Amino acid sequence: MGLRKEVNNQHSPSVPDEWFRPINRAEQNAEKVSRPSLSYWQDAWHRLLKNRLAMTGLVFLFFLAIMAIFGPIWSPYSVTTIDLPNQNLAPSSSHWFGTDDLGRDVFTRTWYGARISLFVGLMAALIDFFVGIIYGGISGYKGGRVDNIMMRIVEILYGLPYLLIVILLLVVMGPSLTTIIVALSVTGWVGMARIVRGQVLQLKNYEFVLASQSFGAKTKRIIRKNLLPNTMGPIIVQMTLTVPSAIFAESFLSFLGLGIQAPYASWGVMANDGLSTILSGHWWRLFFPAFFISATMFAFNVLGDGLQDALDPKLRE
Amino acid sequence: MDKVLDVKNLHISFTTYGGEVKAVRGVTFHLNKGETLAIVGESGCGKSVTSSSIMGLIPSPPGKIVNGSIMYKGKDLTKATDKEMRKIRGVDISMIFQDPMTALNPTLTVGTQLVEGLKHHKTLSNNEARKQAIAMMHLVGIPNPEERMKQYPHQFSGGMRQRIVIAIALICEPELLIADEPTTALDVTIQAQILDLFGRIQEQLGVSIILITHDLGVVAKIADRIAVMYAGKIIETGTKREIFYHAQHPYTKGLLHSVPRLDLKEAKLIPIDGTPPDLFSPPIGCPFTARCPYAMEVCDKVYPTHSKISDSHHVECWLQDDRAKLVAGSTVTSK
Amino acid sequence: MLRYILKRFTIMAVTLFIIVTLTFILMHSIPGSPFNQERGTNEAVQANLEEFYNLDEPLYVQYFIYLKAVATFDFGPSIKQPTATVNDLLGRGFPVSLELGLVSIIIAVISGILLGIIAALRHNEIIDYIAMTIAVLGISIPNFILATQLIQTFAVNLKILPAATWSSPMHMILPTIALATGPMAIIARLTRSTMLEVLTQDYIKMARAKGLSPAKIVFKHALRNALMPVVTILGTLLAGILTGTFVLEQIFAIPGMGKYFVESINTRDYPVIMGTTVFYSAFLIFMLFLVDIVYGLLDPRIKLHQKEVK
Repeated sequence: MGLRKEVNNQHSPSVPDEWFRPINRAEQNAEKVSRPSLSYWQDAWHRLLKNRLAMTGLVFLFFLAIMAIFGPIWSPYSVTTIDLPNQNLAPSSSHWFGTDDLGRDVFTRTWYGARISLFVGLMAALIDFFVGIIYGGISGYKGGRVDNIMMRIVEILYGLPYLLIVILLLVVMGPSLTTIIVALSVTGWVGMARIVRGQVLQLKNYEFVLASQSFGAKTKRIIRKNLLPNTMGPIIVQMTLTVPSAIFAESFLSFLGLGIQAPYASWGVMANDGLSTILSGHWWRLFFPAFFISATMFAFNVLGDGLQDALDPKLRE
Repeated sequence: MDKVLDVKNLHISFTTYGGEVKAVRGVTFHLNKGETLAIVGESGCGKSVTSSSIMGLIPSPPGKIVNGSIMYKGKDLTKATDKEMRKIRGVDISMIFQDPMTALNPTLTVGTQLVEGLKHHKTLSNNEARKQAIAMMHLVGIPNPEERMKQYPHQFSGGMRQRIVIAIALICEPELLIADEPTTALDVTIQAQILDLFGRIQEQLGVSIILITHDLGVVAKIADRIAVMYAGKIIETGTKREIFYHAQHPYTKGLLHSVPRLDLKEAKLIPIDGTPPDLFSPPIGCPFTARCPYAMEVCDKVYPTHSKISDSHHVECWLQDDRAKLVAGSTVTSK
Repeated sequence: MLRYILKRFTIMAVTLFIIVTLTFILMHSIPGSPFNQERGTNEAVQANLEEFYNLDEPLYVQYFIYLKAVATFDFGPSIKQPTATVNDLLGRGFPVSLELGLVSIIIAVISGILLGIIAALRHNEIIDYIAMTIAVLGISIPNFILATQLIQTFAVNLKILPAATWSSPMHMILPTIALATGPMAIIARLTRSTMLEVLTQDYIKMARAKGLSPAKIVFKHALRNALMPVVTILGTLLAGILTGTFVLEQIFAIPGMGKYFVESINTRDYPVIMGTTVFYSAFLIFMLFLVDIVYGLLDPRIKLHQKEVK
């Protein structure tokens, strides 16, 4: 095609003469097929759907949520009722996950633990979200000295060893679910505030640029259509990744005896109880809580990774 | 004249998420010793891909040279192994990148980055290498080279950084220098200085230069010959004079009209409407048809044959066909 | 550079002060002051406490006395172990914990960086997927869960490694693996993503254009820039490792500081809780400070003493 052929005679015999007339534009334009344009969220959702690992995580979490709500209800056994004659039974058709040293059904307790873990995770993420939005929003929006001072505070809080503070708070306030959530929230919002502030600064910048170009009514549309989604992306990702770290913290504290108290079941408590079974061979008492903590954190982590990729405006085509 | 580089029928494709992008679709050109060839075109026309392929720096995957040859000193670079390419890069062929702010490693001193290539390719004592580096910094116009060797890139201004980048590219005295938009990221006054520098180094070192740019103003200053690229093809080549004063292809004319010119009275800027075609499925005919004011039915159906205006001036456009001149003769005039 | 150090130092000092104050406030806000409760304290201990904390003085005086004690590194007596002071416990436990933490972080850093580099260089190939799956698993499995599974597998089932205590290098293997896996995974992911980003930078293209070998490009040009973010998270990872020691020392029965700390929580031995918290926080904050300094040394752009020359 592009070869340097010597064409001295400027006349290509292979091409018919009648093609040498001006082109009909209308006809040409009609042939153009415009690609369907997808909104930001549709586009992100399509990309998430293609991410098999993230979808596996999402499906698992959906299943877990269903079981957390209905598992303890469907089960004929109660979470706390002690049934000593049936202690340490291996998994069977009547006790699918076996029983613990007090004869309690591990299946029921596992889903009860799922309730606690998901509740703690979601509450921590929500509180982080609101506190972070307010703090980071004000800091980024006000700018100047207010921003400077607020960010100094964040910088200092960021350096605090948060789990130590949480432990200290738990010692003072006494272990309970509420205490855990409060303690996690007191220290957890800092990361979110930083992200929100960064996004607000970016948004402000765009708004300023657009306004100065007197886009008028279009400005709002651009912010809603392009900028808001782009700023929401990192915030959503941060929330998704807050959940597993809160779940970890809860089970960690419960494992240490600072969290949910007996007779109620949390995966951390169950794992701690199960620790003594390593030698006795009652593997189910450790395995199920251990598996579900890890699987839940895994699911949230891969979902967060998937969202990060899917919501990245740079990757959009 | 000696040909330093001879590229024939080069095809390069990228396999992407959405399909195969045919970035370069049969490009043929050559470069003579000591001359400057400018490859001009809009962004995305394949000019940077072409230049990277000469360096063997096409990221692969996804990029791939599908067809064609790049002859350098009797050797086909498209068939060279990685190891062979490494011996050519930096020694025989060097490259300058667009943005001097990012082309230098922020964590290494300028001196280290200068000497590095030299010591990699030649057996030299530290002292000798340092001496050569300092000489090169003098050549590209950096004051106090001894001092500045020890500094980091962030301590230099944009123009100075581009001089460093040029010094790094020239340190092994290559025969061929590829400059990919070397002045785009710089201020206008600094652009002029850097362009002057190109003239000077060519005079002193006799290096042949391929200049990749979208800016015809840059071209006017230093190019000997010009190749105009559009949608992965070279649509017109000629000497600077031929292109600037006797452009044949409507796209080339469009480019010339869209550049501010001080040498023409009543200079009026006329933008070219529309956008280049999608290279996922490039048109079978002339890719410029959709934007061309003189488009004919044939343009849409068959790719234009190659026409030779003079020994150095070639164009691929159906308007060169004598039948077109009959139809549209009144509208087509070369200015 | 000096200004940078000074700024970091100020932040460190403020953070420390906040922790010390916070600890004091929290401990004194426990209903029915922890120091004169009835249960289990004998008179000698009570006398010790009275003397150390000046419990009869007004609160603000107590606060200043406490500040002074902390400044001179004196954390007072333990309630539950009448013969020991908090300093004794720290002196006994800290070296062991430090050893566990240090070995773990070294392993985590080295293996994490290697894994990350390999994954980045084999981007989108099978090795990359395997490495990143290992990494996601690594951050998903809590260290105390991993510890139990390691004991189950290697100590109980296979019987090739000891299950508990800290008496020989063999005993160190399982706890360090359990502790190092999480940080390793985080480092591997971070190294991979920054490495991928760095590899697309112009200066890497430039290094390739010089004809340098791939090894030289990776180690001389890419790695240093890719490792900057890794250095910045080292402080946070260290905090994770430290809290990890609490629970792992419990599981593996390692006589470290974490074990005393958890015991003190369970027995409500408040002076030990306070002392350990303050000590650990100080240690961590100092480490963060060191990390900042190292970062400043690695990144020439932070060296403020050299003037910007135009």
